[in-house]
Amino acid sequence: MARLEDLPEPQYSHLFNLECPTYPDRPWTVGPPLNQRRIALISTAGLHPRGAPPFIGFSDEYRVIPGTAQAKDLIMSHISTNFDRSGFFEDWNVVFPLDRLRELAEKRVIAGVADYHYSFMGATDPRQMESRCPEVADLLKRDQVNGVLLTPA
Amino acid sequence: MATTQISLIRLHTEKIKPPRALWVPFDLGRPLGAPNDPGFQTRVLMAALKLLEAPSGPVLEDFPDEAPASEDYSGPVACPLPINASGEQLVGIDRLRADFLSETAQMGVWYEIARKKRQRTSVGASGLDPRTISEFLAACLQGGPPPNPRPEIPLASMVKLAIEDLKAYYFEAAAAQPGRSNPDIKQLNDWFWGRTAAGGVFMELHRILRQSADPGLRFLAERLLVPMSQASRLASGKGQK
Repeated sequence: MARLEDLPEPQYSHLFNLECPTYPDRPWTVGPPLNQRRIALISTAGLHPRGAPPFIGFSDEYRVIPGTAQAKDLIMSHISTNFDRSGFFEDWNVVFPLDRLRELAEKRVIAGVADYHYSFMGATDPRQMESRCPEVADLLKRDQVNGVLLTPA
Repeated sequence: MATTQISLIRLHTEKIKPPRALWVPFDLGRPLGAPNDPGFQTRVLMAALKLLEAPSGPVLEDFPDEAPASEDYSGPVACPLPINASGEQLVGIDRLRADFLSETAQMGVWYEIARKKRQRTSVGASGLDPRTISEFLAACLQGGPPPNPRPEIPLASMVKLAIEDLKAYYFEAAAAQPGRSNPDIKQLNDWFWGRTAAGGVFMELHRILRQSADPGLRFLAERLLVPMSQASRLASGKGQK
């Protein structure tokens, strides 16, 4: 379980005391209903296509995951050893639900699935990754994405 | 750009206050709940996506259900007895190394079954095949820096990638055994860290690499090698049963 209070020490204290970024602004955007949204996934699970360079150390880089990717194409190089990976080994959708998104698009629950998705390596300090965000945001806009699902490791 | 997210640690989301977040009570590493359960995953996904229609924010909602429990066979994971490949009476590190190389080779049977059944594998981040990975990690037991099979990657990072690939190899092999399509996480980890030669090697690497002259290897050993959930094995000094 990921209820913090149920995690054993020292993991509980590590996560309880983890410094989190805070932001002075609360930007908010409204948009169309879900069935008019083109959705992209952004993961922090350190995912990348097989053959792409792995994440090295506390990397601020991101990797591009084509919307045509299949389960066999995606591997993980997150540096943390403190989360379960066996779920991903069994079924990539438990971390990166691209098959589930495709099904929702087929049923017209969402308007469509983005041509490109992205992954960062979530152990990196968010302040380091922030410099990459405008670039990824621009790529999403050019892909006509109007809804992003962020998924953790 | 409208975003919504799945959150595994509610406290962090409360502090950060993103526009839209769905907290889920699932294990770290399983944001969509459970493998091989499309219906449940879709429920979680829809709950997160629906937040895009919220009229104002920030929004933090709680997913109401626990992930489906594993109904797998709960008996021990079958692991081939390590065979002393040299036929000699080895002890200590030499015995551990021989057992590890033999065990890794024998786990290959289940691993290949898993790979054919699922038509995929998560092994690959190191760019090495399982045999080369095991030989590389066995060489790390020597104490001095081993030859780096991929010199373009820093040695400590290469060791880390090899370690995670080897765990993937073992876990995929274990899950191929009958009745284990959704293995219990704790059982898998207790088996790997407590009963396999590979887990023993990783515990020994933790001890050896903490004394390395390479700061990257020392950091790896201290922070990135043994999960916090297995810290008690280190504290007791009796890594394996």
